[in-house]
Amino acid sequence: MRKFLKDEQHLVRMAAIFLVGLILFLIARAFFVPKDFYKYGHFRAGALADNAARPLGFAGREACESCHPDVAEARKGSRHDAIACEACHGALAKHADDPGSLKPTLPDAKKICLVCHRQDVTKPKTFKQVNPQEHMGSEPCIACHKPHHPEIA
Amino acid sequence: MRIDRREFLKSTGKLVVLTSAAALAWDSLIAGRPEAAPNYKLQDHWWGFAIDIEKCIGCGNCVRACKTENDVPLEPYYFRTWVERYHVPGGDIEHPEVDSPDGGYAGFPPRYKPGDGAKNFFVPKLCNHCAHSPCVQVCPVGATFESPDGVVLVDKTYCLGCRYCVQACPYGCRFIDPRKMTVDKCSLCYHRITKGLTTACCETCPTGARRLGDLKDPKDAIHDFLRNNKIQVLKPQMATGAKAYYNGLDASVR
Amino acid sequence: METLLHGVEGFMYPNEIELQWSILIVLYPFLTGLVAGAFILASLERVFNVVEVKPTYRLALLTALAFLLVAPLPLQLHLGHPERAFEMFLTPHTTSAMAMFGFVYLWYLMAVLVLEIWLDYRKDIVLMARQSTGHMHQLYRAMALWSDNISARSLEIDDKVGRFITIVGIPSAFLLHGYVGFIFGSVKANPWWSTPLMPVVFIFSAMVSGIALVMLVYMVASRKRGTPIDMRCLDTVARYLLYAFIIDFSLEMLDLVHRIYEADESFKSLDFMVHTRLYIPHILIQIIFGTLLPIALLGLVQLVRLREGVRKGLYAAAGLLTLMGIFAMRWNVVIGGQLFSKSFLGYTTYKLEFATREGLLPSIIILILPFLILWVLVKLLPPWERQEPAA
Repeated sequence: MRKFLKDEQHLVRMAAIFLVGLILFLIARAFFVPKDFYKYGHFRAGALADNAARPLGFAGREACESCHPDVAEARKGSRHDAIACEACHGALAKHADDPGSLKPTLPDAKKICLVCHRQDVTKPKTFKQVNPQEHMGSEPCIACHKPHHPEIA
Repeated sequence: MRIDRREFLKSTGKLVVLTSAAALAWDSLIAGRPEAAPNYKLQDHWWGFAIDIEKCIGCGNCVRACKTENDVPLEPYYFRTWVERYHVPGGDIEHPEVDSPDGGYAGFPPRYKPGDGAKNFFVPKLCNHCAHSPCVQVCPVGATFESPDGVVLVDKTYCLGCRYCVQACPYGCRFIDPRKMTVDKCSLCYHRITKGLTTACCETCPTGARRLGDLKDPKDAIHDFLRNNKIQVLKPQMATGAKAYYNGLDASVR
Repeated sequence: METLLHGVEGFMYPNEIELQWSILIVLYPFLTGLVAGAFILASLERVFNVVEVKPTYRLALLTALAFLLVAPLPLQLHLGHPERAFEMFLTPHTTSAMAMFGFVYLWYLMAVLVLEIWLDYRKDIVLMARQSTGHMHQLYRAMALWSDNISARSLEIDDKVGRFITIVGIPSAFLLHGYVGFIFGSVKANPWWSTPLMPVVFIFSAMVSGIALVMLVYMVASRKRGTPIDMRCLDTVARYLLYAFIIDFSLEMLDLVHRIYEADESFKSLDFMVHTRLYIPHILIQIIFGTLLPIALLGLVQLVRLREGVRKGLYAAAGLLTLMGIFAMRWNVVIGGQLFSKSFLGYTTYKLEFATREGLLPSIIILILPFLILWVLVKLLPPWERQEPAA
């Protein structure tokens, strides 16, 4: 054996270094690759739960309506019934979880209606939009329109 | 002290069994995390998105809601979703004027006047959650992926921040969160839809221009939407399998 | 940061305004290109028996090694989470060119370059081990893997294995830099990058830059050592530089003509970008001063009989212009590819800072570092005289 590889000895040693490197790499792999990797595909399965674990900012209208059925009732039959509560009232999951911890502030009536209803040539023609000067001058919108049921019979 | 073969095998066997049992117990412990939705089955859903250009009024509710819900940095360079305003003079589809001031976060300051012979409309944009996503294809480590229920997600603990996926997305949906130095993008509010809620942008859209859809649910309204309208996806020539379906998408839209 | 918005012309998707890949990502293909090019020059002698370039053989290999060792540095600096970089080896996504490239790099470094250098130098390493003392002795012994055998037979085996490795090394060198080209060329979302020509253009521009680099290093080193330059060698190297340049230029012109002719949806936007924001780096620096002028200078030497001193001057000028031109080419690909919007309706600007992680200062340091490493390598493994065993 000794005589056989005498002149190749250095190559054997180099090959041994490569082999050791490969083995160390395989050990590192077994150690470091997350255990749930490859479960559903080329990703860490736990990432699904990570993404699902974010806290809610918006409660969703069902949550609002469960405590405020009167408002839900008032909106029936109106075009505004299609709009979720938090579209105007902001993110209120904290309030829905613990009503006392966060008292929602009323949206600013002078500004919020115009966010949608200010006339703009880019908006679809079928959408109800007004030129504020022509339509109401300096009057606030809520002088004539109830936000939850804005239609004037 | 000599240990005979039978004794050795017995004790090794016990060790193996106990270790596997412990491993299984650990697995179920992880799986049963309270924040994860216990009633949600991945294979029952295949998520898509319906956008009706003819209904979008450019109010910007979606942009604001998304940034709130998903803790997106407020600077004008980071958007999970945004709205673009198109002004197509004389119907010249090759030369639209497009703007998206702060992504539409504060709405759109009036710019165009009626009667100038131009076509005007808003185009909301978000991650298309492509079925053959080029961003997933190029990720070197598997930090971004398509979930079994059709949502392209990011594993923020695994992402290197190499930005290859940002380059590979044809739609400009991705960005690097400067606080975490990992990539971020629309997650289709995965934390909401797995609990039976809708996305933040759909929740706050006042006109129903944006609608989440479950393509695997035969009762979902998205099926009628796809059937009754002329539907387009963005950059169909890229064959990304985009699942954000547009009604009323003009040829001038980029 | 606000200034970024001011730099936007037309419309960009909001997330596109800030560039994703900086000067560090320009440096990376530049450095690996030099490696591949230097190696190809070395293999000219070893495999294709172009004996004239033998004086540059070892120097080219050491240059390749010095630059290859520095190449991952700009990548690490660029990553959002450099501590997670090893994930590319643990869970490589086989559909990702970037992931597979990690293995190509490792293969090339360990199985090609290090082995080839080791086998070619082994006899000298053993001799230097015998002739040195103290720490240097320990170092050389370790580098020889504690073998003292430099018998004729063992050297014969080294030569055979070395030749095999060089043969394997040539496609490996093409793979090394072709892969970098593919990383860009396979991105269908970006029409400035997406072309099957990209890997080929990268390979040939790599060869051009690598040959130019070794040529310059050889000239500078010879001057520093006070030894005469082997003009037969230098003339041959310069000739191969010219050949590679002609092929490289033809490929780039092919890409350009193809773009202009097909004039697809991206053409107007890219054309405008090249004529405005990219005019200086692309038209002036890359094409005129970085390609046409060096080709003219090198071509002149082939057409007209010139004195040695004049030739040396022309080669030096051509070499420097070449390096500048190929760096500009990388810049124009990487930065240029991000200056225009994928909506084809707008442009943004690249703000190069100075003393930040991805700024000009680290870039300069990264460019200097390989030369420092090369200096150490040249001291440790002199590429000049071959040692003879003590009588």
